[in-house]
Amino acid sequence: MKIVRLLTLAGVMLAMGYAATDASAQMRKVKIATEGAYAPWNFVNSAGKLEGFELDLGAELCKRAKLDCEFVAQDWDGIMPSLLAKKYDAIMAGMNITPKRMETISFTQAYAAGAHGFMVLKTSPLAKLPGGEFNLTKDLAASEKAIADLKPMLKGKILGVQGSTTNLAWAEKYFKDVAEIREYKTTEQHDLDLAAGRLDATVGAHSAAKATMDTPTGKDMMIAGPAFSGGMLGLGVAVGIRKEDADLKTAFDAAVKSAITDGTIKTLSMKWFKVDMTPKS
Amino acid sequence: MDPIFLYDTFVRLLGGVPLTLQLAFSSIAIGLVAAILLALMMRMWFRPIAWIADSFVFVFRGTPLLVQIFLIYYGLGQFRPALDEMGLWWFFRSPYYCALLALTLNTAAYGAEIVRGGLQSVPSGQIEAARAFGMSGLTLYRRIVAPIALRQALPAYGNEIILMIKATSLVSTITLMEVTGLAHKIISETFRSFEVFFAAGAIYLIINFAMTRLIGFAEQRIAPDLDRASRPVEVH
Repeated sequence: MKIVRLLTLAGVMLAMGYAATDASAQMRKVKIATEGAYAPWNFVNSAGKLEGFELDLGAELCKRAKLDCEFVAQDWDGIMPSLLAKKYDAIMAGMNITPKRMETISFTQAYAAGAHGFMVLKTSPLAKLPGGEFNLTKDLAASEKAIADLKPMLKGKILGVQGSTTNLAWAEKYFKDVAEIREYKTTEQHDLDLAAGRLDATVGAHSAAKATMDTPTGKDMMIAGPAFSGGMLGLGVAVGIRKEDADLKTAFDAAVKSAITDGTIKTLSMKWFKVDMTPKS
Repeated sequence: MDPIFLYDTFVRLLGGVPLTLQLAFSSIAIGLVAAILLALMMRMWFRPIAWIADSFVFVFRGTPLLVQIFLIYYGLGQFRPALDEMGLWWFFRSPYYCALLALTLNTAAYGAEIVRGGLQSVPSGQIEAARAFGMSGLTLYRRIVAPIALRQALPAYGNEIILMIKATSLVSTITLMEVTGLAHKIISETFRSFEVFFAAGAIYLIINFAMTRLIGFAEQRIAPDLDRASRPVEVH
């Protein structure tokens, strides 16, 4: 056991770019939870290790905040309850800031922001949904008009959405009356069902949809319809922290800020998403 | 614990009860027919038929139900063209039918063993006596074998029914919102797992309380002499 733990510790340090072994002695140990099923944000690679944008960014933030961090995998639907139960200290799992979540936990400033929308099969009639870009915070009226225009085309369709997400809340608010909404544990599962033809569309982040389109499962898929962001879809992806843990929030906030300012987030974003997902203030 | 929240949760979870019961009872009913057929196949003198039944039971008892659900739903979902060709896709497209199939096959395997145990417990003397009276074939089964086997199998089968009601909680993994699926959804909205699981547990307990009563009543009816409290008596 001891050897395994030592090896793990050594691995964590290596990942963080530390050469000295005793440097961690006085650093606070922080466990960060991620889902491990949300490529390219976070996923389990073929070697069985966690990888992705948030793993790289997390290591970078911890280095800046002088924290001794370790990533752990946690199912998405239990990710907030387990934070409150102190199974770990922070969440970096593509989690958007929402007013509802802020009632329970606190967030750092956003480290990434992207659009949400539909993914369909290229052969689907829904491939011809009209495009456009809408921000629910800045122009709710225009966004809701675009949504109203989509409704007749989605009538009787089956939409797949990951449970406990802003995407689900949004889909249920606007499309529950016309379409059947099915909830999945992970986005990987609704992607499989879209490929199999059990779903007419998935609702999710464009970043995750694009990652799927690059895999064999997603080769016949495309993003269709408008790109929505803001409002109930979330105010950007941020580190989630227990409310009482103000020190950790301060440390991560400063680290996120510096990573945005010096372009680290842009670099990592280009590496993993091939587009710049740096939040625009 | 907040009683108002607990009550609201309980009421919301009741919305999942029809699906839970529907899945449990449909799979138990179809599974029982399959179990009887399998048990009869196992007793066939023509061994290859018995081997088929034995292997089916071996596979479905030896693998977790969750794995069976995933294999049937996500696994077969990848063979859509073939299933389309066979005209079976309408069935496998639906999460409900996939769940029903997995639950049915699973309970058929366990049920087959229970029915086999019941059939084997029929004393050979009783069968000989019946033959001496000139009974054979279906008459022998209907009058002698089936009633005795049923009495012997019922307690174990009652166990299986209760296990199946609880097994339905796994189908939330393939998008079906029964009691457990709804519980997960409420937890993700409220982050209060204790009260929600407490309410969900209470619902299963109430259903299974009713079921144990029904099974106990049935045992009383068909075997009043085998009272649960009675001690085994030596039979000569």
